Amino acid sequence: MNNRIKNAFAKAKSEGRGAFVAYLTIGFPTIEASEAAADALVADGADVLELGVPFSDPFADGGVIRSAAYKALENGVSLRDVIALAKRLRARHPETGLVLFSYYNPIFSMGLEAFADVIADAGIDAVLSVDLPLEEREELLAVLRPKDIGYIPLIAPNTPIDRVKKSAEGVGDSFVYVITVKGTTGARAELPPDLASRLEAIRAASPIPVAAGFGISTRAQADEVTRHADGFIVGSALVKCLAEGKRPCLS
Amino acid sequence: MKSHYGIYGGQYVAETLMAPLQELEAAYEAARKDPEFKREFDEIMRDYVGRESPITYARRLSEHLGGARILLKREDLNHTGAHKVNNTIGQALLARRMGKKRLIAETGAGMHGVATATVAALFGMPCEVYMGAIDVERQAPNVERMKMLGAKVHPVTEGSATLKDAMNEALRDWVSNCDDTFYVIGTVAGPAPYPEMVRDFQSVIGVEARRQCLEKFGRLPDEAIACVGGGSNAMGLFAGFIDDPEVKLVGVEAGGRGLSGHEHAASINGGRLGVLHGAKTMLLQTDEGNVIDTYSVSAGLDYPGVGPEHCHLHDTGRAEYAVIDDDEAIAAFDALCRFEGIIPALESSHALAEAIKRAPRLGRDRLLLVNLSGRGDKDMENVMRYKASRSGASAAEGKAAV
Repeated sequence: MNNRIKNAFAKAKSEGRGAFVAYLTIGFPTIEASEAAADALVADGADVLELGVPFSDPFADGGVIRSAAYKALENGVSLRDVIALAKRLRARHPETGLVLFSYYNPIFSMGLEAFADVIADAGIDAVLSVDLPLEEREELLAVLRPKDIGYIPLIAPNTPIDRVKKSAEGVGDSFVYVITVKGTTGARAELPPDLASRLEAIRAASPIPVAAGFGISTRAQADEVTRHADGFIVGSALVKCLAEGKRPCLS
Repeated sequence: MKSHYGIYGGQYVAETLMAPLQELEAAYEAARKDPEFKREFDEIMRDYVGRESPITYARRLSEHLGGARILLKREDLNHTGAHKVNNTIGQALLARRMGKKRLIAETGAGMHGVATATVAALFGMPCEVYMGAIDVERQAPNVERMKMLGAKVHPVTEGSATLKDAMNEALRDWVSNCDDTFYVIGTVAGPAPYPEMVRDFQSVIGVEARRQCLEKFGRLPDEAIACVGGGSNAMGLFAGFIDDPEVKLVGVEAGGRGLSGHEHAASINGGRLGVLHGAKTMLLQTDEGNVIDTYSVSAGLDYPGVGPEHCHLHDTGRAEYAVIDDDEAIAAFDALCRFEGIIPALESSHALAEAIKRAPRLGRDRLLLVNLSGRGDKDMENVMRYKASRSGASAAEGKAAV
């Protein structure tokens, strides 16, 4: 049994920093560019990569990631391509945590058993599904557990603490993904004022590491968040760099 | 409350929407036990919507077909011209009870948008409606109606720019503003508790129709037929007869240009199990699990999923689901205009077309109850355009034959 995600957070902690979780929409602007960007992010210190599967109906995403998803779909990129890319990344980066990040329908459509088989073969450590809350996730977790693949629960600003506890239980090698703001993905000028106390409360309730995402686009925001969390997640800001033809990084 | 129907339904939503859905569920649970809520709903239905809506025996059409008698449940006579208002009144009453300040809605043909804008004006609440840009174009009169009623209409240009994309955008609004905003979903799709709640508000159709049939004909209809996009008018009709096993329930999906390609919207007949907009349902999708752009001459049936309870009724065999294509729907539209002096919505024309197919095979003693879910004024331009394109096509075919 591997614990790459657990180890990635432990390593960051031992170095006195928060773990850097980097999201990319795979296939944007091209599958080759996504692969190069993933390599660059690992070289620049990303501890965990979230590989985003483009979906036709990205109803939880803001404009940047939506546009990227539509472009990736135009490029013909599907869940299978993302998994194939993960396998290549795994071969080059044996220690990096790899998360498959998807809306539920592409996963469900593949067939849950088949999905678990191919992602295990690719060396993926955990799955995050945007629209699969506590009430509905058991059918997926049941096929992930035997393969030692983790599941990353999302925690929203309005998730009660007792629900945080339940959400963080039985998810294997994983971390809790704290959504900092009510809304869709994308950069925000300011994070909510009560975020620090909220993160501390979630940390106290969670047996697994806690990382915060949504709205983080600058190094200063990342530093602020990791005073109260074990890691930070950057998505739209990195995808925006790629849209502008730049190397993906925090400003 | 019921969150699943067999293997269908559920709450496949982003975590941020779980708290608002639970709040909604608790509020609805309390409201439906409260006689005051029902009294207020019934009063508005009577004094504002103009219920009950009559049942009309389509005498000339039935005699022309020479078989079963076709009865029309006249939801087209409701204020705003369709069944949609039954649901928006229920949800707006609930929103007010919950202290929500703002209504949002998605709309396809625009009828649900108009019905939401109407109740927003009635209750003095701001209202914003998301509508696919393609639908904005093909349903222009309804866009003007919404604006006139004080609603703000947001054309959605993304994806296929139709109903599903409008619903995506409405969900994005709701996830950002859930503290003060009530999302008025227009059909029996979406996450629990919407399918059950919308069915309950629409059940007034079937409950009335059952009583009216007994009063007028001394018996229940043999078949209850309704069109199915998301499926709210059908669930409303079926709700009245679900415990009468002798009444056959028939849903009619939009066959568009035929089920052989992708140009249809028949989720039950042409889709496979998937997850969209919060529910597990029969879904028109690619092999990779992306949602397919649907097509129907009728904008209101143009949705790639379908209410989860319909999927379950299909599985259990309690209801059957037929398919009517564009041409058949247009022919039924014409027939009702000419034989009965009623201009039906293109959506409802699908249900009517199925009845027209069935009636000649049955005896005169049989009763086919069709839910005439809306009036067709909104469709005039589309029908004319459709006919022009068809006559152009047949002229071309004619030339080729020569």
